[in-house]
Parts: sequence; structure tokens; C-alpha cells
Amino acid sequence: MSVSTRVAAPRAVRGWLAANSSGNVGAVIERGFAVIRNQNWVIMVSGFFEPVFYLLSMGIGLGGLIGTVAGPGGRPISYAAFIAPALLASSAMNGALYDSTWNVFFKLRFAKLYQGMLATSLGPLDVAAGEIFMALFRGFLYAVGFTGVIAVLGLATSWWALAMIPVALLIALGFAALGMAVTSYFTTFQQMDWINIVLLPMFLFSSTLFPISVFPEAVQWFVMAMPLWHGVELMRQLSVGHFEASTAVHLGYFLVMSVLGVAFTTRRLRSLFLR
Amino acid sequence: MPVIEARELTKTYGELRAVDAISFEVSPGESFGLLGPNGAGKSTTMRMIGGTSLRSSGRLLVNGLDPEVNGPEVRASLGVVPQQDNLDNELRTRDNLIMYGRYFGLPYRYLRPRADELLEFAQLTEKAGEKVDNLSGGMKRRLTIARALVNEPRILLLDEPTTGLDPQARHILWDRLFRLKEQGVTLIVTTHFMDEAEQLCDRLVVMDHGRIVAEGSPADLIRRFSTREVLEVRFGSDRNAALVDRLRAFADRIEPLPDRVLLYTDDGERALEAVRHAGLTPLTSLVRRSSLEDVFLRLTGRSLID
Amino acid sequence: MTDSRGPSLTPRQDSSLRGRGRPRGVPSELVDSNDLAYTGRAIGAGRQAALVRRWGWWYQAEWRLASMKAYWTTVVGYAGLTPLLYVVAMGVGLGTLVDGASGGIGGVPYLTFVAPGLLVSTVVMSAGNEFMWPVMDGFKWGKLYFARGTSPATPGQVAAGELVAVGIRMAAEATLFWLVLVLLGATDPAWSWLMIPIATLGGMALGAPIMAFSATREDEGFEFSMIQRFVLMPMFLFAGTFYPLETMPAYLQWIGWISPMWHGTQLSRAVSFGLPLGGAEVALHVGFLVALLAVGATLAVRSFRRRLTR
Repeated sequence: MSVSTRVAAPRAVRGWLAANSSGNVGAVIERGFAVIRNQNWVIMVSGFFEPVFYLLSMGIGLGGLIGTVAGPGGRPISYAAFIAPALLASSAMNGALYDSTWNVFFKLRFAKLYQGMLATSLGPLDVAAGEIFMALFRGFLYAVGFTGVIAVLGLATSWWALAMIPVALLIALGFAALGMAVTSYFTTFQQMDWINIVLLPMFLFSSTLFPISVFPEAVQWFVMAMPLWHGVELMRQLSVGHFEASTAVHLGYFLVMSVLGVAFTTRRLRSLFLR
Repeated sequence: MPVIEARELTKTYGELRAVDAISFEVSPGESFGLLGPNGAGKSTTMRMIGGTSLRSSGRLLVNGLDPEVNGPEVRASLGVVPQQDNLDNELRTRDNLIMYGRYFGLPYRYLRPRADELLEFAQLTEKAGEKVDNLSGGMKRRLTIARALVNEPRILLLDEPTTGLDPQARHILWDRLFRLKEQGVTLIVTTHFMDEAEQLCDRLVVMDHGRIVAEGSPADLIRRFSTREVLEVRFGSDRNAALVDRLRAFADRIEPLPDRVLLYTDDGERALEAVRHAGLTPLTSLVRRSSLEDVFLRLTGRSLID
Repeated sequence: MTDSRGPSLTPRQDSSLRGRGRPRGVPSELVDSNDLAYTGRAIGAGRQAALVRRWGWWYQAEWRLASMKAYWTTVVGYAGLTPLLYVVAMGVGLGTLVDGASGGIGGVPYLTFVAPGLLVSTVVMSAGNEFMWPVMDGFKWGKLYFARGTSPATPGQVAAGELVAVGIRMAAEATLFWLVLVLLGATDPAWSWLMIPIATLGGMALGAPIMAFSATREDEGFEFSMIQRFVLMPMFLFAGTFYPLETMPAYLQWIGWISPMWHGTQLSRAVSFGLPLGGAEVALHVGFLVALLAVGATLAVRSFRRRLTR
């Protein structure tokens, strides 16, 4: 939120911004980087390995038993090439959700970090924007790393695969904004467990490890309503450079989800941070 | 036979001699205090009595048993109130008492009425179904004390029982402890509060740097190591030190502190008159009776609470 | 502070004690006269000590199980839902691909093949987690192990009780998982109920050394995350849960050999669908798990003793 947008904005928006932001998001981000500098680099790097382990285990082990599957546009691709983009999409989702739900909840309830921040001139919008930025930054590092692994293993066959990195950020943004808004309704750790209970089936069934064609049609429609499925399909199309009308639908889904998520979180900011 | 007997009891952590060859005895029914600043070795001594800290050398008997050999027997006869409350936050108030009693092998049919009784003793009956997290500091402390009584111990170890409590909560707690003493429970209390030691203890040892520097009843210690009265005068923080030499003439002993000067004398009012007569007019002055604080200052050259 | 006394449960009033030597400043109506220290109803200290010497480990387990009650709905929900989701996704979803391409594994459909591995690895992972943060909590945050230290129980009994309690929970989780498998027809119940003790043994075998390690940690560093990411996760993914270990390149197969998951999974496959195992193999798998449990439990008792008697 720069000063110039505040001046140009209509009066109501200006009032709202003044109440929720000091325009000093930078301070929150600087703190985030200070934490990363102090953190053991092993922690940072280790986050990168989880999708790689999945890719190696499933791709090599199961790949040998499965052989090829139908990729985008019906062209046969190896099983490893089938799951690699899906793992990138789901790790973008997992990372963003972890940062915007558990992490925010912990800092809010236990570390009381935000209390200290909000006792300064910072507003809730600054804190939320800063946290989402940091989540996206970590997501960006992992996306670059994993895309590199995909390329080295020869699982991407198109230059379009590079576009998987910004798309991973878009997926992360959508989930982070939504996750933060949902966190504003939670008061105990037990309730936070429900996030995992929703995430696990989404990960397992969103055509990550097998195509949804194995399900009856009703179940397929349900899966197709879930955000992760769109992320997975979009990534898969990018990895081989195959586009069709559905590409726009997938992309549109996440654009809309990000806008709605940010709007939702903005509405819930005060109940999240100022309770 | 003493209920606790320590000879040359020592605990070292690497180079640090946390408890340095201390010896003492506690008789049944006695209320015994370990007085000293933080880090004097009081808590370590308490933990060695319960066998939850292994001594480095020396001899220690509790009810004639060595806590390191007969830990279960010794701990079954002890009630322990640790310095920091370690109540079970996942259980409710009453369940904390019952589950703790289970660790002593006590059956539920004994524990259920006992828990209600202890809740009443701790004035927590209305909070029986409350989560421990929602109790105030004083309530948690009382619950911890009630918990220590669940096995009907003959000896109660209290490590800083009232630290962090407001004055009213402290008085209520002291009253509860006094009643236990009346019933013949041996109390062993560590504290760095003089008033607490004076209220609760028949006899105490003053500890500093792991050693016992004095032993006796509160009155006895004051008689031996201090005068009857103390005159406290303040001349402003920049002048106090400069006037020390001139003030020496008016007292048996003098203690300059950063913010005030203490003059030890048997007649405080007369000393104050003499000081004024000599043309030294303090900004404020106070005459009071000597306390254990003064004893400690005399023995260690340091104040108890820094 | 409120004076909230209800009717007294021990109405013995000794008026001679009232007010005598009461500290200054305490209003007399706050003093009641329950003979608290000695009601005489408690069993004597000697008897308490004797009971705890024998049953101390169980009292510890009892406490741990009681504290699990607070969130048992989540535990049961999770433990029931997870198997259902995994079995549908892996067995039905992946199964369609695997059975279509290679007609199942070792002559059985993929669902039948993967079900025992899923059961064992879910239980073992869950046991691993149960011995990390909760153990640190007992020493560092809630300090409940220190509260236990003031009871007659010995540090060794505390460690043993923790193992037993988690073992009971693992057995319950395994039972729930097994029921789901039976209902979905993924296993033959005649012998496959043996997967319950097998998975529990596997969980304990991994959990005991993790507990021994957790009990030595003073602060939450990154060690627990590292164990999750570089021990539990690779075991789950590379130890032959989703496909026979022999499918992996030879240089990765050692992960399975040292993983309690693989040993437990192999045994479970034998009882679930009759994977042929020789007597020597069975002895090797069981022996590995028992040995790991014994070593881990010994180390855990040692680290608990060190920590609780400093």
C-alpha cells in the first residue's frame, strides 16, 4: 500500500486504509528476512526435499509398474512426467497453507508476535500483506528448485515449463489468502486439525497421482470443483506446452480465487488480528 | 529420630558447587526454612531430598531412608510443591488431583472424596470443573499445594510457595500452611522473603553460594546478627556515599546501600536525633525493627532481592 | 479471591485449634478445620511405595491415556478417515493404473498388495510423531515428567509408561484401520487381524529410539522437523510400502532394510494375503523389530533417568 494509492483512492477506501495500514509493509517483510537469515539454512533447504522424495519414490518405483499414462491432449507420457507438475502444484498449496494457517495461528495465539507488531504504528493489513509476501517468497524458492529437478530429470518437454514458476506463485497466493481468512474463524488447535482433514483428500484425489477418470462421473464433478485440481491440470499442460480451452478456465479459476481470497481476508483482518 | 538428616551434602554441576557440603537436621513436626537469594542452592537441596536430583557426595536420610536407594518409599512420604507449577493443563482442576493421586497407587474410591476435600481446603470447590489454564496464579498455587497433600504426606517440601502472589493470596496460603503445621506435618520451606520465613519457620538456615552461613530461629538470628532497631536515612543518591564516614559515629554498624544508608542501633529514634543534631538532615528517615533481611545483609554483604 | 466453601466433607471441627498461632491479617472466617494432612484414610506410605514399585509404569500410561481423552474425537476421526482416504486413493485410484498396466503385483490386485503397507506405515508414522513434541512438552513446556518425578515412580517407569500408553493408542489405530480394510474387502480377516500387533510392534520399534532422542533435547531446534523430513518421510516413501522393495534400484534398497516400516509391512503382507515368507525371513523381521524396541527402550530409560535426576 504505497502512499500514492492512498491519496488517489476514494474517500471511503482511504479511511479504511488509514485504519488498517500505515503503509509500512516493508517493516514486516524486513523482519521476515531477518528471521530467514537467523534460521538454520538446513530448515529452509529441507522443505525442498519433500516433493523431490515423492517424485523419486512414486516416479521410479511405481513408474516401473505403471509405465505410461495419458497426459494432456491424450498423448502418452511417463508416470513420473505425469505426477511431477502435480507435485509442484500441491507443494505450492501445502507451503502457502502452512504459512497462512498454522504459522499465523501459532504467532497469534502462542508467540504473541502480532500483538507486539500491532502495538506499533503497523496495521493489520500491513501484517497480513507482509506474511503473505513471505509465504510467496518461500514458495518461489521451492518452485524454482523443483522446476529445476523436473528439467534435470527430463520430465518437462517444453519451454512453457518455465511458466510453472509464476503459476506456482499464483496457486500459493490463492490458497494463502483463503487460508488466512479461514484461520480468522479458529480459536483452538483442535479446530486447526480440520484444515489437514480437508487437505488430505484434496491432495489424494485431485488427479495428482492418478487421473480422475477412475471415478464415477459425480465424483469427477466434485473433484473438478476443487481448486487443487485446476492447479494440477494447469501445471501439467504447461509442462508439455499443450494448451486448450480448459487452460483458460484453470487460470481463470485461480485468478478469481486469489481476488476473492484477498477480499475475504481483508474483510476478516480485524477479527483475525484485533481480537 | 530426625525426619531429615543431611551430612556434608554436596551437588556439583561441572565446576559449579551448587550445594557445598551442607549439614542439617529436621525434627518431626518442625517447620524448617532454607533462606537465601536465587541461586543459593535451596531448590537443588529440595530436589535431592525427593531423590529427583542425585547428590555428588555426602549423606542424606529421609525418614531413615536414602532417597537414591529407596526413592519410591521416600517420595511416598513426601508432598512436593515445586517452584514452578507443573499442573496438567490438559486436565481439569479436580482431575489434576485425582490423576496425581493415581501416581501414588491410590485407589479412585479414596481419591474422589479426597479431591473434593482438598478442593475445599484450597478454596477451589467452585473451580472443580474449570480448565487449569483459566485459574489465576494464586489459585494454581493453591491447587499445587492441594495436589501435594493428596497422598497424606508427613513431610511437605515447599519451594518458594508464595513467589509471584499478591498479598492477600499469600496470607491465605500461609494460613493453610499453618494449619498443616498444627496437624503435625513437617514443613520444609525455601524462600527469599523475610516475612515468609518469619511467619512460617520455627528454625531456618541462611544459605549463600551453596553454603549454610547461619542457623537458628528467626528471633535468635536477629539477636545474634543484628541490633534491635534500624534507622534508614536517605540524603539523595549522590550524597549517601559521601556522608557514610560522618554517619558511622551514630551507630554500632552501618550499611551504605545505593539508595539509602542503614544505621544499626538499639535505639533508632535517639540515633536519628543525634544525626539531626550534627546538622545532617536526611530527606527521609525511617526507624524500624531489625528483620532477617538485615541478618542476611550482615552475613553476605548483599541484599536478598536484587 | 472468593471464599467459596461449600458444606464441609469432613465436619470434624477442633475448636481448640481455631485461631491459635494464626498469622496476622487472616480473617477468621477463612479458616476451617478439616484435618487435612491426616484423614487416616489413605494407605500408608510404605504400601503406596510398594504399589508404585510394581505398577508405576501403568499409572504413567493411565495418565497419558486420560490426557488423550481431551482430543479423542479428533484422534478417532483422523484414525478412521485416513485409512478410508488412503485405501480409496491408493487401492482404487492407483490400483486402476497398476492393475491395468501389469495385472497387479505378485499375483494379487494392487489394493490387496498395498493395504497392509498402508496400515503399518500409518501406524508407525503416527507413533514416531507421538514421541517427539509430546516428549519435549513433558520436559520443557508442561514439565509434567517433573511432576511425575515427585511421585514414588522412578524415571524408568515414566519412560515405560509412555511407551505402553502410545502402544495402546497405536493398537487402537491399527484396529480401526484393519476394520476399514475388512469392510472394503481389502484383506482376509482370518489371519490379517495379526496386522494389529505387528503394526503396534513396528510403531514401538521406531518410537522407542525416537523417544530416547527426544528426551535428550533441551530446546526445540530443527531436529524434529529433520526427523520428519529425512527419516519418517523417506521411510514412508522408499521402504516398499507402495511397491515391492526389489522394484527400487539396489542402491536405495537399504532404506527399507533399516526401516521398521518395511519389516512390519512384510510380516503384514504375509498374514494379510499370504505373501510367501520363509521361517528365517519371519524370524529376521520379528527379530529386527524386537531388537530395535529393546535397544530404544533401554536408551529411553537412560535418558529419562538422566533428565529427571539432575
